[in-house]
Amino acid sequence: MNVRIEVNGEGRETAAATILALIEELKLDPRKVAVELNLEIVPRSLHATTPVSDGDKIELVQFVGGG
Amino acid sequence: MTESAPRTDSWTVAGRTFNSRLIVGTGKYRDYEQNAAAVVASGAEMVTVAVRRVNLTDPGQPVLTDYIDPKKYTYLPNTAGCFTADDAMRTLRLAREAGGWKLVKLEVLSEQKHLYPDMEETLRALKLLTAEGFEVMVYCTDDPVYARKLEDAGAVAIMPLGAPIGSGLGLQNPINIRMIVEQSKVPVLVDAGVGTASDAAVAMELGCDGVLMNTAIAEARDPVLMASAMKHAVIAGREAYLAGRMKKRMFADPSSPLAGLI
Repeated sequence: MNVRIEVNGEGRETAAATILALIEELKLDPRKVAVELNLEIVPRSLHATTPVSDGDKIELVQFVGGG
Repeated sequence: MTESAPRTDSWTVAGRTFNSRLIVGTGKYRDYEQNAAAVVASGAEMVTVAVRRVNLTDPGQPVLTDYIDPKKYTYLPNTAGCFTADDAMRTLRLAREAGGWKLVKLEVLSEQKHLYPDMEETLRALKLLTAEGFEVMVYCTDDPVYARKLEDAGAVAIMPLGAPIGSGLGLQNPINIRMIVEQSKVPVLVDAGVGTASDAAVAMELGCDGVLMNTAIAEARDPVLMASAMKHAVIAGREAYLAGRMKKRMFADPSSPLAGLI
């Protein structure tokens, strides 16, 4: 069953049941992104077991060039 | 010989020792390839990096870590673009999760026009981050009073600006930088404002432990060559500081002996 969530400020529907499934759905490398779920960090070790629920606000970030 | 040839001259921040006193940013380059070449030419062992949302529409685009190896270079995550302590803390918690590093650069800015640090928010964030176990290098104004407050609050390095970020104006207030150097027990690095090699040398001649720069290299016509110039400037300034400069005189003093003049 799809849920409606917000990823990096944009609304989307997903069938992903967990954070890890969402990262894979988005074709991202799970080793290179950090995840914040409703303003709380989700450690990488918990990606596979943390559920994605309707209304969740998720941030997926990585390192980029900066000064 | 007691007079020394150039020696091994390392510096230490939060228990990590570096031989290069130049820290370089990784923004504003044409591409990551040029960026990586400039880092190599600079001899830097530490690079600043930013934390940003991943591009969801084009997940296959190149990523920084593919060009600048975090195992080879110390990544110093920054909080560039943060204007409140809360934003900065959120960013650095994500950085710690993304990289596993506790050594971070805190900058809390006040407004877009001059990008001057908001020191009240900076100090507040520093205290909270230090309590959470972060080791915080702090971008700050060149105010010796605030620099002391930062050190007292646990900053592992004090990083006063030489001039506004990206301005390339050089050190506008060398007196203050020197006062901060004299009073600090943690490393002091000029961060921001360097425009060309002589600016970096001036910072080092004032006794700074290092210099952090981005735009001066990235916006040079030849960034890789400028990176090399900055490497030499930092070494030259450091050696001049250690060597101890001559006294300035108001009058000439001949370099050739007066005795035996024909």
